[in-house]
Amino acid sequence: MSNSAPVKISATDVKVFYGDNQALHGINMDVYQNEVISFIGPSGCGKSTFLRCMNRMNDTIDQCRVNGSILLDGRDIHDPSLDVVQLRAQVGMVFQKPNPFPKSIYENIAYGPKLHGLAERKADLDDIVESSLRRAGLWNEVKDRLDQPGTGLSGGQQQRLCIARSIAVSPEVILMDEPCSALDPIATSIIEELIDELKQNFTIVIVTHNMQQAARVSDRTAFFHLGNLIEIGNTNDIFTNPQQKRTEDYITGRYG
Amino acid sequence: MTIIAENPIKAVATPSLVQQKVIASLSKRHRKEKLFRRLGLSAVLISLGLVAVLFINIFSRGVPAFWQSAITLDIYFDPAIIKIPAKPEQQAEESDNDFRQRYLAWQTDVGFVNFNRLITDSLQTILPDASKHRRDLARFVTSGERFALRDMVVADPSIIGQRRTLHLLTDANIDVWLKGNIDRSLPDEQQQLSPITRQWADKLSADGIIQNRFSFALFMNPDSRSSLASAGLAGAFMGSFYMMLVVILLAVPMGVAAAIYLEEFAPRNKITDLVEVNINNLAAVPSIVFGLLGASVLIGWFNLPMSAPIVGGLVLSLMTLPTVIIATRSTLKAIPPSIRQAALGLGASKMQAIFHHVLPLAIPGILTGAILGVAQALGETAPLLLIGMKSFVASVPASPFDQASALPVQIYLWQGNELRNFFEARTSAAIIVLLMMMISLNGMAIWLRKKYEKRW
Amino acid sequence: MPNNKIGGHYSQAYDEELQQAVMRLLQMAGLAQQQLSDALTAFTSADLALAKQVKAADRKVNNFEVDISEHCLDILARRQPAAGDLRLVLAVLKSINDVERIGDLAKRIGKVLLKEEPGNRPQQSQLDELAVMGQKALQMLQRALVAFEKIDADEALDVLREDRSIDDDYARIMQQSLTMMMHDARQISISLQVSHVAKALERVGDHARNICEHTIFLSKGRNVAHLSDAELQQVVDKKRD
Repeated sequence: MSNSAPVKISATDVKVFYGDNQALHGINMDVYQNEVISFIGPSGCGKSTFLRCMNRMNDTIDQCRVNGSILLDGRDIHDPSLDVVQLRAQVGMVFQKPNPFPKSIYENIAYGPKLHGLAERKADLDDIVESSLRRAGLWNEVKDRLDQPGTGLSGGQQQRLCIARSIAVSPEVILMDEPCSALDPIATSIIEELIDELKQNFTIVIVTHNMQQAARVSDRTAFFHLGNLIEIGNTNDIFTNPQQKRTEDYITGRYG
Repeated sequence: MTIIAENPIKAVATPSLVQQKVIASLSKRHRKEKLFRRLGLSAVLISLGLVAVLFINIFSRGVPAFWQSAITLDIYFDPAIIKIPAKPEQQAEESDNDFRQRYLAWQTDVGFVNFNRLITDSLQTILPDASKHRRDLARFVTSGERFALRDMVVADPSIIGQRRTLHLLTDANIDVWLKGNIDRSLPDEQQQLSPITRQWADKLSADGIIQNRFSFALFMNPDSRSSLASAGLAGAFMGSFYMMLVVILLAVPMGVAAAIYLEEFAPRNKITDLVEVNINNLAAVPSIVFGLLGASVLIGWFNLPMSAPIVGGLVLSLMTLPTVIIATRSTLKAIPPSIRQAALGLGASKMQAIFHHVLPLAIPGILTGAILGVAQALGETAPLLLIGMKSFVASVPASPFDQASALPVQIYLWQGNELRNFFEARTSAAIIVLLMMMISLNGMAIWLRKKYEKRW
Repeated sequence: MPNNKIGGHYSQAYDEELQQAVMRLLQMAGLAQQQLSDALTAFTSADLALAKQVKAADRKVNNFEVDISEHCLDILARRQPAAGDLRLVLAVLKSINDVERIGDLAKRIGKVLLKEEPGNRPQQSQLDELAVMGQKALQMLQRALVAFEKIDADEALDVLREDRSIDDDYARIMQQSLTMMMHDARQISISLQVSHVAKALERVGDHARNICEHTIFLSKGRNVAHLSDAELQQVVDKKRD
């Protein structure tokens, strides 16, 4: 599928420095529209750093410098005329640990749309909340307790709430930073199923330590090592016949 | 079956070498643990005991001071004694200024009236042999009460010519005598009261004419030197109240704002490091240094009035600021970064993330820190002494710019009063009032924390 | 002998398990080889006792197959192998199938002898030809197994090509048998025996070829069944970057 779809995000020679420490050594990558691409690699390989470049979450870290260009729909996300708020509305993010706001379920979903003025009337907001929760497959579980705290849900539900929250602002890309690492296998399967459905409408970039998960959910897989992109390819190829020895060593559990 | 049953028994019978060593070390470990627990428990018990002793001491001495000897007298507002013209009313054509002149003249007239005569006359009716001891008679009721009578007349001149049954505070020494706070067996020359006064006091007390009544004077009156029995805390209380107000209005918002800036917005560099170190140092500066600062800068350069709660409040604000900043910063630090990231990830600006999500979560902690800082300021004495708040102020301040005292300073002043027997109890009573204020502040802190703390 | 293409995992037990899968496959193949060699000897020297032994030995090979497939299943379930490891397990699983079939074929050769009416023997020249073809098949199988053990795609490709020579032998023997049958109707049953054995040997060659294909799949990650020679060469020559 990947080759026929238009390029959604195009990264060229992206380098990231934390102070004197170089975390990424020039990454080149295209992410296609409506694909699920997963980043794998050992801890500290830069996969999360690269993910966070895509919606400029690295801006929030002191002493973090990003070089190179990242184009979203052909437009540089570091363009001064593009406000980071606008970018983050376009490129949503789901974090490793479910982090619902300590507010009601309704408020959790409604916060983003309110922030960006997406709903003019209460009824519109209600619609957004319902449709977001439905798309995240959470509506039937929470429709009777929208006024209850989001933190009272189970871990898996909380993570789906967070996904619903990022869907609510209608992003085009959803970045997921190890979204299932804190969840049990059943909750993980539900989220993976959800990712499969979300693919219809969103481009999804997912960082995961769980290689089986990358193999299950993604169309393409990218392997990072020591701040370099070692290999990127169709998930099938990466997991049955990687071209790079380092990739093979990593996914088969060998010391390289 | 038998093998399975045997095995565990064997294992217990001969513990391995490692296990033997573990077992050998256990008793020592348990002993140490027990010792530590006992030490901790005894430390807690000792400190609790000391607090209990303090409280029992203060309460047992202070609570009786809330009730004071008062004499029930039938006062006749004798027109023959109160010879004053009618209270002036403002005429239609009269200017405000003219009226005020006229009113002041009338007040002066009232001031010349010997209200003490009303009291002594009344006393004479119940003390038959009183006329022989006019001096003792005149001192029997505390001198402040004549002004109370005057105020009644000023408030309502129609009272002239009528009789009223009033409870009047006796002289402080009579209170001391009746409460047994002075050794009754002391010879006459060491007694504060004349023998006849003591006789009268005992007699009236036995007749039920002098009784211990709840002392509103303690709360309603300012300090007094001429009429010790009616000396009250109102002036000091209001002084402390105004200072608290200034501290709450100044130190809390400034401290919180500074903390938010430093924690969330300020770049991490040498300058902010320096600021941080200095804030921590500021918290450790002795409070009297702040008093010096207030005296030289606020009073010396800015010419703010001496002894005014506004100056005290400013000084205490400076002193409280680091406490508030440190408490707020540590609260902000404790808010999980995931909440911030969630908001930023949705496209909230940094400001929005902080004000929509971080601050609401931090409010309980900030409030607790702020209120504890205010409570600390409320109990502070040293800097107030340096800005003149230890001077005697005989009026209740109407604004933060009037002269005033403060509760802890009042306690200090009363503690030093010559009439020890009377003021020992008053001092304790004032301490109780101060403690109550502190406890209610702390209670408020707890209540606010409970209210905003949503453990979701 | 540990293969360094298999080892190197953080988990040494995993190394051991994968090594075991290959070792057992080789053991099983050794049995099948012995069986085939015995079957050939029995057939060419009309040794009935040996033929019975060959028939009985098949059971062992079958047990091996079950055992190894369970072992592989275990690895799949517990280790979730990926990439080369996954291909190794798959190649072993496929190869035991082929080896088991080789065992079956040896048994079939033995059966041909056992069913044979006494005294009804093929001519010595026929037996010689079968013996030569059999040696070729055995040798090819041996080399295929060595290539598998070394995970050597070049060698495997080389071995794989040898299948053609066996196919040629088969075609020749069949031709001869047909000619004999047409000449002399009494020779039909004997020639059928010969062609059965030749067919079996030809199938052995095919299975050895399959094992070579598995080796290439294992080494290069591409399924090379049904590819032309040129394409095969391309796959094998493709170097990893």
